[in-house]
Amino acid sequence: MHEMSLAEGVLQLLEDAARQQKFEKVITVWLEIGQLSGVEVEAMAFCFDAVTRDSVAQGARLEIVVLPGVGWCMECSQSVPMSEVFGECPHCGGFQMQVTGGTEMRVKELEVA
Amino acid sequence: MCTTCGCGPGDVTVEGEHPHHGHQHDHGHGHVHEHAHEHGHGHQHSAAPEHSHAPGVSNTRMVQIEQDILSKNNAYAAHNRQVLSEQGIFTLNLVSSPGSGKTTLLCKTITLLAGQAVAVIEGDQQTSQDAERIRATGAPAIQINTGKGCHLDAHMVGHAMEKLHLQDGSLLMIENVGNLVCPAAFDLGEAHKVVILSVTEGEDKPIKYPDMFRAASVMLLNKVDLLPHLNYDVSAAIGFARRVNPNIRVIQLSATSGEGMQEWLEFLREGVRKAVSLRRETVASLQARIAQLEAQLQRPMA
Repeated sequence: MHEMSLAEGVLQLLEDAARQQKFEKVITVWLEIGQLSGVEVEAMAFCFDAVTRDSVAQGARLEIVVLPGVGWCMECSQSVPMSEVFGECPHCGGFQMQVTGGTEMRVKELEVA
Repeated sequence: MCTTCGCGPGDVTVEGEHPHHGHQHDHGHGHVHEHAHEHGHGHQHSAAPEHSHAPGVSNTRMVQIEQDILSKNNAYAAHNRQVLSEQGIFTLNLVSSPGSGKTTLLCKTITLLAGQAVAVIEGDQQTSQDAERIRATGAPAIQINTGKGCHLDAHMVGHAMEKLHLQDGSLLMIENVGNLVCPAAFDLGEAHKVVILSVTEGEDKPIKYPDMFRAASVMLLNKVDLLPHLNYDVSAAIGFARRVNPNIRVIQLSATSGEGMQEWLEFLREGVRKAVSLRRETVASLQARIAQLEAQLQRPMA
């Protein structure tokens, strides 16, 4: 939804880590992006390339791990998979669902040199 | 700053400040560093042993980060929230599409809340027209122009809060940039996001822009005075909102006719009351703690 801001957020985390961990170059970045986070993975990759130009992460490979959406159905009292934030429960068809997983947007780890 | 709106970094101005050049997070304002939540990242990195990750590539190592991409914004937001709670201020982040009637609703609300201190932060890409409309009601208001940016972030709001010299026990309303997409993800330090949907928009907006309706705790269905002239299905709109967010509170109102305004004003008064009493409790418990420590100091050494 706002992948450019998010890509800038990632770059800031990388630059902070580069200062603290004293590395010169980021080779690979692993991101965890939840299926329900509203992030377009392709747009994210595109923006990441754009914002990392002339930075410690120039040319870094971006690996995006998509985490599945999970919701709690209040009718069935159980965790069920969700593919949209307004999805229906696959068991009872109801919409009394609370999202419990799949909204992550995290930098997990880096390969650096 | 989004691909959907084609916005980019830079060009952010808070009224009365010089424009920030370049990226708005890069400059070193004092309050960033004293932030309690911006801890030194000490926990993030295990001293990972150097190892070769891929054949043929040497001298590379793995670094654990495990940090949320929005953690910078969230740290600023936590700081704002702390400042606001120390002052007993009830803060709302008002979000909607352009033209839902946010500014008119705000002006009317301020007038009806006469006697309650209200301050407003206005976010728009350009112009300070909205802040001027608010100031005409007598309430202090400050405009943030996000330039090409499509949402307010907690850092800009922190600056605006400093400029506003907020009164203790006041109500702070942040009118976000008219956009039902990006502001959903950015915590500003508010108590609640309030989404405003007007009956001249489609009933299905909650499922078209589900992130926003899920992030909000209150939905104001505005311009209900126009319902007799429209083919608008109120229960469908509320149904769609509840489908995305089963717990969302819905208030139907019209800033123009005044219908439903009492329920909204009561929600605001209740929020201010709670913020003020929470502050009072905190102050009382701190005073009790000080008294306890002083008593300990005066006790003769055993």
